[in-house]
Amino acid sequence: MMPAFQTNSAGGGDARVLELEIRNDVSEIEAVVDLVRRECEAMRFARTQLMLNLPVALTEALSNAILRGNLDDPRKSVRVHARVDSAALVVDVMDEGEGFDLEACLVDPTTPDRVNGEDGRGLFLMHKLMDRVERFAGGAGGAGGAGNVVRLTLRRGS
Amino acid sequence: MSFTTKKQDGVVIMEIEGQLIVGNRQELKQKLLEELEKGGRKFLVDFAKTGYIDSSGLGVLVSLSKKIREQGGDLRLANLNDDLKTLFELTKLDTLFQIADTRERALASF
Repeated sequence: MMPAFQTNSAGGGDARVLELEIRNDVSEIEAVVDLVRRECEAMRFARTQLMLNLPVALTEALSNAILRGNLDDPRKSVRVHARVDSAALVVDVMDEGEGFDLEACLVDPTTPDRVNGEDGRGLFLMHKLMDRVERFAGGAGGAGGAGNVVRLTLRRGS
Repeated sequence: MSFTTKKQDGVVIMEIEGQLIVGNRQELKQKLLEELEKGGRKFLVDFAKTGYIDSSGLGVLVSLSKKIREQGGDLRLANLNDDLKTLFELTKLDTLFQIADTRERALASF
């Protein structure tokens, strides 16, 4: 059985690297957020970044990977690679899905016709709360396999 | 993470301790809908002990608010910390919900 977490904290200079592989289950999300947040706390990220920006945006990325990328398939997994130093957090969330156009999925949920909607805030919040959101092909499916990588970058604030 | 339901002055109060996210939002929905079915019409969600909320948690609050209004009731919110206020402002949900600074003010507003 795959362990819930495989962690490896290492890195050059003041950088800390965290590598995790989790079951494709939304119940795993909170523990991953806690681990990454702990690393950012050690790097003295700003309080709001620790309490709002990071946890919400990372939860959205993980939720997308599990439910959209991996289609809630319990046979799949999600990998997380986080690198934190005194300048920034860069975290890659990798799934085994077919891929999607990140920008095409981005809508403004605050317009009068959408603000009353129940969905559509996830990507919007990721963009609002992170300094950069990128998507690459090639995720947790292995070399040459399917998959998405969503990379979140947050510069350390004071 | 836990949800605690209390009743005061005819208002169903739901306290959320911990996160309101994709992994537990259905539990909140189920608990509040049970109270709605039992006849509750005035609902207050108290965020004093809440950590962070993701988009699916926000979506459940919107969904519950609609269902409660359809039954002639009202869902109000209280005790959002600065980060949660920012989240509601970013999504403009602060324009959709009546939000009080304290539980007492929220209860008095019904």
